[in-house]
Amino acid sequence: MRAAPAQAGTIDILYFARLKEVLGLGSERMVLPQAMDTAGALRAHLRTRGGTWAVELAADKAVRVAVNQVMASADTRIHPGDEVAFFPPVTGG
Amino acid sequence: MPVRIQTEDFDVGAEIAALRGGDPAVGAIASFVGLVRDVNAGDRVSEITLEHYPGMTQKAVQEIVEEAKARWDIVDLLVIHRIGTLRPTDQIVLVAVTGAHRGAAFAACEFVMDYLKTRAPFWKKERTPTGSRWVDARSSDDAAAQRWTG
Repeated sequence: MRAAPAQAGTIDILYFARLKEVLGLGSERMVLPQAMDTAGALRAHLRTRGGTWAVELAADKAVRVAVNQVMASADTRIHPGDEVAFFPPVTGG
Repeated sequence: MPVRIQTEDFDVGAEIAALRGGDPAVGAIASFVGLVRDVNAGDRVSEITLEHYPGMTQKAVQEIVEEAKARWDIVDLLVIHRIGTLRPTDQIVLVAVTGAHRGAAFAACEFVMDYLKTRAPFWKKERTPTGSRWVDARSSDDAAAQRWTG
């Protein structure tokens, strides 16, 4: 019989700017469910928290995502140990 | 260092002098300086605060610089972007490009600014008489960046 692989893999999630303010959270560590393998799936999962999460991460909201500090998209793969950041469109320069 | 993210102000003259470094191959210097204005969207602005994504910013801007160097025949490129709280008339950003001729220097400078505005993780929050608000991204900035693709 094969032992189930360890599923202790976590990801770090970061929030910036307006998103950080309205969610009241700058970062969190989450155990990554096995089936959740893209940035878009993670965003959809966070929406299920309801309330402000559902509103701010709604599909029609302009939210950008970076995976391991590189701009990414909804179908970018995520793995245990990754750093995933959600933030509004940038306004520097 | 061609990319600096810092709270301190910068001296444009000194930065450009250091960038050209007396290189006789440099025949053109193009530069852009972005400043804090005292009005935005019809409201007085008393100060702005620039937030960024510390782990990503340096890398993202460096990538933009590398792309500009790959696209145009230029000698060197410098980007300084400030973070923290700034007031009207303060300098926010400097992009300076040295090259043999003006065409490539102008184009690379504009390209870097357009990409900074749409791809580097900075966010502005401004203080107005009615309170603080996050600045919305402009579609005109997306359009400006879009013209460099394809």
